Amino acid sequence: MKIVVCIKQVPDTNEVRLDPVTGTLIRDGVPSIINPDDKSGLEAALVLKEKYNAHVSVLTMGPPQADLALREALAMGADEAILLTDRAFAGADTWATSLTLAKALEKMEYDVIITGRQAIDGDTAQVGPEIAEHMKIPHVSYANGVDKDGDSLIIKRMFEEGYHKIKVKMPCLITALTEMNTPRYMSVGKIYDAYREKEVKVMTFEDLDIAKEEIGLKGSPTKVKKSFTKGAKTAGKLYNDLDEKEAAKVIVEKLKEKFII
Amino acid sequence: MDFTITKEQILLQQLYKEFTEREVKPLAAEIDEEERFPIETVEKMQKYGMMGIPIPKKYGGEGGDNLSYAMLVEELSKACATTGVVLSAHTSLCAAPIYEFGTEEQKQKYLLDLASGKKLGAFGLTEANAGTDAAGQQTKAVLDGDHYVLNGSKIFITNASHADVFIVFAMTDKSKGTRGITAFILEKEFEGFTIGKKELKLGIRGSATCELIFDNVRVPKENMLGKEGKGFGIAMKTLDGGRIGIAAQALGIAQGAIDETVQYVKERKQFGRSISKFQNTQFVLADMQTRTEAARLLVYRAAFNKDNGIPYSKEAAMAKLFAAETAMWVTTQAVQLHGGYGYTREYPVERMMRDAKITEIYEGTSEVQKMVISASML
Repeated sequence: MKIVVCIKQVPDTNEVRLDPVTGTLIRDGVPSIINPDDKSGLEAALVLKEKYNAHVSVLTMGPPQADLALREALAMGADEAILLTDRAFAGADTWATSLTLAKALEKMEYDVIITGRQAIDGDTAQVGPEIAEHMKIPHVSYANGVDKDGDSLIIKRMFEEGYHKIKVKMPCLITALTEMNTPRYMSVGKIYDAYREKEVKVMTFEDLDIAKEEIGLKGSPTKVKKSFTKGAKTAGKLYNDLDEKEAAKVIVEKLKEKFII
Repeated sequence: MDFTITKEQILLQQLYKEFTEREVKPLAAEIDEEERFPIETVEKMQKYGMMGIPIPKKYGGEGGDNLSYAMLVEELSKACATTGVVLSAHTSLCAAPIYEFGTEEQKQKYLLDLASGKKLGAFGLTEANAGTDAAGQQTKAVLDGDHYVLNGSKIFITNASHADVFIVFAMTDKSKGTRGITAFILEKEFEGFTIGKKELKLGIRGSATCELIFDNVRVPKENMLGKEGKGFGIAMKTLDGGRIGIAAQALGIAQGAIDETVQYVKERKQFGRSISKFQNTQFVLADMQTRTEAARLLVYRAAFNKDNGIPYSKEAAMAKLFAAETAMWVTTQAVQLHGGYGYTREYPVERMMRDAKITEIYEGTSEVQKMVISASML
């Protein structure tokens, strides 16, 4: 069983602070982490590795610094790591990103592709399912549990009120939820191995069967019209135990206070 | 000059941070309150390869460096100084001297299990009447056939109640003074070897600090560490390395107290605003962080020297002296900035202040560090 986990290196949004003057995110000095949903996907893959002797590869598309995220994945127990990096990939939206990743995945062996549900810096939740569509394989998103059953996977697919238990034939893609598990720690020895014994393989534009126009900024149909910071809302005030008359009185007072009436 | 840490160390620090946050911090107040040895944490540290970082792989360690090891002691001590010293005594005072002075057989028999964390180590030098004056050893070792027979006792021994392997110093020839001291490797199961009274302490209360009692303990000759009469040198050399560990512990305590204080002063309001808005708070915090950063550079430099085969005795002494005094000063300021709450056990800074004090005392008092430093100058 061969599993490829797609991960993304993202700024740790817990550590991101807002510039008090401009109201924009201060990204300088913010540590980079493996996107939490992706990390849970990796953990799920590593559990399958232990249970079924699966082979786990990790793939990321990003700048050369994303090497660190791949080393972390190796230090958690992944078998191999591939960095997909090229200036030509820069500026990609979810369409171009998923297409580039799909083209890289075509060059790899896989029975299962695991991605995170969504990245904490973009929050689109589109890349995983789009990869599956490009590759014409089935996908199950929002996985909160996964196990193997013959040549299929049994997925616990979450929705608001509960979950579906879905059987899907391999090869397939699943998108993982953070809630699925607690990712394991790296270990000191595996961190050393990740740098001393293992290597991160690099793939560039040259290695993919794709045209320049289909990738990067050029291949991205999404146009960002405007970015803005959401205005801060203050907590509302709750009035309990008022009868209709008192409630109406409070509402009128408040509206007057705000000069609305 | 290069102050950047390696890529390996970036990931190691990430591991240390996650581990400390999730496994060590939640236990810190409890083990202090109950004066309980954190055995479960030791088992977890074993699992993640933290018990023998600077020992080569072939002897059960991780083949890492002393700086990476010091960074772990620092990180653990940010949340729990007890856990920091458990690791430091085990690694620096027991595994390290066996690695440096032990025979191949001793390394196979003891170091493999110590560095992989299967066994816990301790170090026994101090006696009731031999503290800073370590040469005043009363414990005697007399050769009898192919064994040495040990009689006497040691006090204030870190990890004692849970350790499996002990480095113990004893007089083999009283007439020769320091040249009559010899080091031995003892197993907890040796007949006549018992653990005595456990000390009740001001700080690091989870650390098991006990007496070791030797009543005709027969130690096989092959368990002599180094040569007969060379024990004092081994002890001093071992303590040079140990000081890097304790300096890292002090550094961690200081940084941990700063981190707690920064969080507190942002939340605490007086006179209608956060106390972080007061210049007094800002200036005290600035001093706390500056001193701690200076301590960090001294500690890392001492570890760097050890890793690169550069003499580090003076550097380790300076690091320990300065980091310990910084920890004491910083934690006192931290309590002050917390005000009355800082004096209560509701906040961790009172524990940190109690824990800081020992770093000025053990593995050579601040005064001993000054002796070592000035000796290199005069």
